[in-house]
Amino acid sequence: MRKLKEFVIEKLILLCGLASIFFVALIFLFLLKEGLAVFKTVSLFKFLFGKSWYPISEPAQLGILPLILGSLLVTLGAAIISIPIGVACAIYIAEITPLKTKEALKAGIELLAAIPSVVLGFIGMVTLVPLVKNIFHLPTGLTALSGSIMLAFMAMPTIVSIAEDALYSIPKTYKEGALALGATHWQTIWRVMLPAASSGILAAVMLGIGRVIGETMAVMMITGNAAVIPHSILVPVRTLTATIAAEMGEAVVGSEHYFALFAIGIALFIISFAINVTADLFLHKKQQ
Amino acid sequence: MFKRWLFVLIVVMFATSAFAAKDKNSIQVKGSDTMVNLAQAWAEKYMQENPGDFVAVTGGGSGTGISSLISGTCDIANASRTIKEKEIALAKQRGINPFEIKVGLDGLAVVVNPKNPVTKLTIDQLAQIFTGKITNWKEGGGRDAKIVILSREVNSGTHVYFKEHVIRKGNPEGKEEFASGALLLSSSQAIADEVAQNPAAIGYYGMGYISSKQKPIMVAKDEKSEYEVPSIENVINGKYPISRPLFIYTNGQPQGLVKKFVDFALSKEGQDIVLATDFVPVNK
Repeated sequence: MRKLKEFVIEKLILLCGLASIFFVALIFLFLLKEGLAVFKTVSLFKFLFGKSWYPISEPAQLGILPLILGSLLVTLGAAIISIPIGVACAIYIAEITPLKTKEALKAGIELLAAIPSVVLGFIGMVTLVPLVKNIFHLPTGLTALSGSIMLAFMAMPTIVSIAEDALYSIPKTYKEGALALGATHWQTIWRVMLPAASSGILAAVMLGIGRVIGETMAVMMITGNAAVIPHSILVPVRTLTATIAAEMGEAVVGSEHYFALFAIGIALFIISFAINVTADLFLHKKQQ
Repeated sequence: MFKRWLFVLIVVMFATSAFAAKDKNSIQVKGSDTMVNLAQAWAEKYMQENPGDFVAVTGGGSGTGISSLISGTCDIANASRTIKEKEIALAKQRGINPFEIKVGLDGLAVVVNPKNPVTKLTIDQLAQIFTGKITNWKEGGGRDAKIVILSREVNSGTHVYFKEHVIRKGNPEGKEEFASGALLLSSSQAIADEVAQNPAAIGYYGMGYISSKQKPIMVAKDEKSEYEVPSIENVINGKYPISRPLFIYTNGQPQGLVKKFVDFALSKEGQDIVLATDFVPVNK
């Protein structure tokens, strides 16, 4: 009787585990089924490298190059801002600060992660956007830079908490050895701790970037959504995610536009999948 | 004990949702952002007079409303543009017969920041500004500053109407598009906010959204015509060149509760609400 119970519970847990894989597979299949239909009317090359996105014109122009570049530019900007600050913050929390401030800082960062993105977007719209406009004397503050800054706030909690974990899990002996050899605290951190935790920190960075590239609401509110190929970070851009969110409500089910939006979904899926796999590779490297 | 309560709670939730789905006393109204305030005002008055009936109003854009009507998720679609051939064909495929009812008129205001010295433009100049042929306010009689073009997202009937009647000047064969650098904002309110704080911006929306923080531009059909302000009188007498009809679409001739609501919207009382929300009534 007892064995039977164990058996049933074990299989139930197995089922739950398999369910997540099953759902991902289903979602991907659905995306493929709906998205690939667009290639009946547009070639893959024209879709990926076309320079104009006018989905409701006759004939529709479905080139997503400006959208891809918009997403990448905003993500790159956010990465440049959030990685140094995030990693430095993790080092401070893991190595330098006393226990009391450590707890306070960690709580603060968790709180930052809990702010809904639409709230961040709204705050950005009324505070950051006019600021960016005035500082750089731009015609409008709805730019890629504003989006990058706001998204950096969103990537920070992920980067800090995972990087801090990575630093914390380095064996104590590394640090003790370095200090015993006469290294200063900074030399220990820079030459010993950081290299030892590098794979974990890289994984943290990749997961942070994954969060940024998938973010929708905040970027839609503050990047201006103009589908042009950006030539600097101070111009409006339109991201892949914002395009899907803004246009999906309108697209008539089964139309070319509808399929094109699903194809954008595939592109996004592939990008974030690649980022997650890279992060995973780094994490596994660390364990070996 | 806790588990049992949880179970009861779940059962109740399922049961109520099942009832809600069967509830025949509710109408879903969806669509045009321009008309959402009007539809909400209708719904409130209607529900006051017919307690027990329930009208839910959501915005999202004319395209959103029409595609919901086609997919059967709403009973009435508000639209600030006529339904497209393509959409009719798709609806027919799904066994839906869109039925068009004109419920009002709307003047489209072109607005700039009050600090902008420009007060009047022709349709031709507007087309050149919004297609990106004119990029500096200097060329429109203003200061030396880059023009920031604000437009609605592509799901907006206002976007489509503006493209067809201002940018393409009513030519159905026209190929002109909004400048690719135009900022696409998600609501009329977002455009109003950006115009209010940006002296170089130009945007457009239904004239109900005009407030003291924006300055409506006087528009003329061509250089020889009079420049007119967007006002209710000028839309009624046809002097203001950018005005458009507002529609509601139903599946087939309205029946039952939907008919009751449509009749209300077209009644004297409903049309007074049209006027009160800064639109122009149809039965004048």
